[in-house]
Amino acid sequence: MSQENLQAVVSQVRRDIVRMVHAVNSGHPGGSLGCVEYLVSLYFKHMNHNAADFKMDGVGEDVFFLSNGHISPVMYSVLARAGYFDVSELATFRKLNTRLQGHPTTHEGLEGIRIASGSLGQGLSVALGAATAKKLNGDDSIVFTLHGDGELQEGQIWEAAMYASAKKVDNLIAAVDVNEKQIDGSTDDVLAMGSLRAKFEAFGWDVIDVEQGNDLDAIDTAISEAKGKLGNGKPVCLLLRTEMGNGVDFMMGTHKWHGVAPNDEQLASALAQNEETLGDY
Amino acid sequence: MKKYTDSGSKDTRSGFGAGLEELGKTNENVVALCADLTGSLKMNAFADQNPDRFYQVGIAEANMMGIAAGLTIGGKIPFTGTFANFSTGRVYDQIRQSIAYSGKNVKICASHAGLTLGEDGATHQILEDIGLMKMLPHMVVINPCDYNQTKAATIAIAEYDGPVYLRFGRPKVANFTPADAKFEIGKADVLTEGTDVTIVATGHLVWEALQAAEALEAAGVSAEVINMATIKPLDEKAILASASKTGCVVTAEEHNRFGGLGESVAQTLVTNNPVPQEFVAVNDSFGESGTPAQLMEKYGLNADAIVAAAQKVIARK
Repeated sequence: MSQENLQAVVSQVRRDIVRMVHAVNSGHPGGSLGCVEYLVSLYFKHMNHNAADFKMDGVGEDVFFLSNGHISPVMYSVLARAGYFDVSELATFRKLNTRLQGHPTTHEGLEGIRIASGSLGQGLSVALGAATAKKLNGDDSIVFTLHGDGELQEGQIWEAAMYASAKKVDNLIAAVDVNEKQIDGSTDDVLAMGSLRAKFEAFGWDVIDVEQGNDLDAIDTAISEAKGKLGNGKPVCLLLRTEMGNGVDFMMGTHKWHGVAPNDEQLASALAQNEETLGDY
Repeated sequence: MKKYTDSGSKDTRSGFGAGLEELGKTNENVVALCADLTGSLKMNAFADQNPDRFYQVGIAEANMMGIAAGLTIGGKIPFTGTFANFSTGRVYDQIRQSIAYSGKNVKICASHAGLTLGEDGATHQILEDIGLMKMLPHMVVINPCDYNQTKAATIAIAEYDGPVYLRFGRPKVANFTPADAKFEIGKADVLTEGTDVTIVATGHLVWEALQAAEALEAAGVSAEVINMATIKPLDEKAILASASKTGCVVTAEEHNRFGGLGESVAQTLVTNNPVPQEFVAVNDSFGESGTPAQLMEKYGLNADAIVAAAQKVIARK
């Protein structure tokens, strides 16, 4: 898909996100908006996957794990827009009996979801298992993950990071959404983590910095570079410098929209900033 | 009363190791993970014979549970191995979200459960694990009684699609069930038939229950001993059939009385046929250092304690 067409998907996904959280007055728009470009680039360009015929085992396909499950709005929108399920189902987000639970789950049989996430820090370990199974199966496709930067404060992440390099899990690309914000404030204020590059390198990873984590061209280049590094005995980490709330001016530059929904007026403003390109659900 | 003989004491963890070794030969999808306790879990044979299917994860149990969940996504059947304490309490949220809620086909295999871990003391003697695991929706919980049954259960759970908690222990104990018995998840075994009291036991307490039944017989009391290896799903039919015959129940387990087998049996009785029940279990306490036999005596988990509980419950009928 051309970068121009990807940009059109990005705009529609942003609309989906703000409409979904507005409709139920709950959910996490800030981090969702910051990761739109990365997920669109993965699902519409870089991943080899079969949306029309979802199989849990993902044999022969690239698979993705969302470790920071609270940004479910962007996950659901991208999956629906990629064809995993009908976009009309986005209207059920967080409502009783929905398959689109507040945080993603396999429990409801939603196509495209392979693990529950929400309690943070677990997705990298799961990805290691899936990547290991791929090796056992002689399947040379790739495992992708996404993590929040605040999530890196969970100890399990570093257990997994240590294992990944020690055991040469080199069919794995783990991305970190470095928006430098978490619920209680900036990551530096809450629990400063120092240099993430230095930390991942010290844990034996190849690290790629993506200074423009909301730029489709920059992401495209970075993912291509990351793919080129695979198969060399080291896992690869993408540090995506993103803007929380990206694409909605009043949500940008603050942690305050981590888990708050826009009101009617704010929704109108957000939608005015993002063109309806593929048809609202 | 039917008598059982010890064919030679063995540890239940070795039954697990033998079962896993057999699975290594018969089921190519079985993989195993261990958090730096390969020898203690008796996983060496599987590891040596299947180096490509054995993962040493180091002292990182949370990561181990997540990796196991991920392995199922590629169609593998992972068996995780560490002590019961580190298999449950330490990694409860990982099991809850990545395995139980996600419906992953992981077999959580837990050794050194209960007091009979012995001298290492309370930090390692978990007495809450059955409760923790049985509370998770759709988690199967199994606590086999001897080497043969642990081996059979290990083989059986590979055929079941879903998360399982398999609990076993460290010390050598009587090995008395048939070596060729097939394990059926959710099915209790009536070991001795009796008319005066039902003894429902699990794990190491099953042999103690048989010793208690012999002592009771000598005192003129007819005890029915049920080996309840599967705690969840519970074989309620077996409990109710026996309770309606004997009119009272003793439960026996190497676990806290809160959250254990006894509590599940009580729920079955109270909602169907409320007969008196006594609990042979640890009474809301941590363990301590000591030999297994000393600890089982001090905490009231042996044949003598079962006899006393049986006499008490019969008097309450």
